[in-house]
Amino acid sequence: MKSNKKEQMKERNKNLYYGFFFLGVVLVLYAVLFFFDPENICGSLQASLQIIIQIFPVLIIVILIMGIANYFLKPKVVSRHLGAESGVKGWLLAIFIGILSHGPMYIWYPLLKDLHDQGMRTGLVAVFLYNRAIKIPLLPIMIFYFGISFVAVLAIYMVIASVLEGVIIDTIERRTKVRRKDA
Amino acid sequence: MDENKKSIMIKKESIIASFYKALKSFGLALPVLLGVFLLLGLFKIYVSSELISSVFTDGLLRDTALGSMIGSFSAGNPITSYIIGGELLKEGVSLFAVTAFIAAWVTVGVIQLPAEATILGKRFALTRNALSFIFAILVAIATVVTLKVIR
Repeated sequence: MKSNKKEQMKERNKNLYYGFFFLGVVLVLYAVLFFFDPENICGSLQASLQIIIQIFPVLIIVILIMGIANYFLKPKVVSRHLGAESGVKGWLLAIFIGILSHGPMYIWYPLLKDLHDQGMRTGLVAVFLYNRAIKIPLLPIMIFYFGISFVAVLAIYMVIASVLEGVIIDTIERRTKVRRKDA
Repeated sequence: MDENKKSIMIKKESIIASFYKALKSFGLALPVLLGVFLLLGLFKIYVSSELISSVFTDGLLRDTALGSMIGSFSAGNPITSYIIGGELLKEGVSLFAVTAFIAAWVTVGVIQLPAEATILGKRFALTRNALSFIFAILVAIATVVTLKVIR
């Protein structure tokens, strides 16, 4: 567990470093372009500011929902309910918890590996990871850009795709095991 | 009474910790988000609708696959993908391509592939990402077609 935490910290620092590096590159790009085309660069800054002002209220809602999700959903809760022989309940839980889970994907890799080692179906790991695409705290921002009907239809198809992906991965694994036994 | 007070205090601390964690996660994404906002500003001024239209050629399958491919190579908070996708849509890119881009952004992680392969296994990571790439295209087509039918 300790090494998992260390790996998460390392990955988090790496991401933060990447974030600042990315921001630095963009700022340098702005500085360079400012020498050649100051007028358009001022226009670009104004356009950026406009986007930030538009998005700001939605970002506040996102942070609030993230806080609520943090309070109710802990990795321990997830591991308690996703057993090996969970059947249909397992599939439904993988979908549900995948949707409700928060934070970057890499945070969940070690937990999923632990669960898989304890007997969690490989298909369920895929289902969990796929459903992380539907993020309830981020839905306000998605609705803001694409509308509620788009978000609803996309979410339904994402859930269907996640199950299909899980079934395919399980089938591939089963066939590989049979082939290995035969060989 | 004391027990009650104690449990209320613990709950309060837990709520504060949850929101602190949320702010921290958001803070981690902030440099990338700021960079993206600034890039979008440049994009709005320098990239014309004509240029975008020339990349996305209205070929349904080609555009959707292209959207899925760009999403696969991108990484970061999904908010970023919604913002970029929304702005691309305003610039005239098809909803097929934008949907595939958003779907692939989270489900396919070419940049995260080494980490996923190391922890969850190479075979699993490669199969999952390849399938997710294909499903991003299929989900995009199904979503847009359904929306056209119900509207």
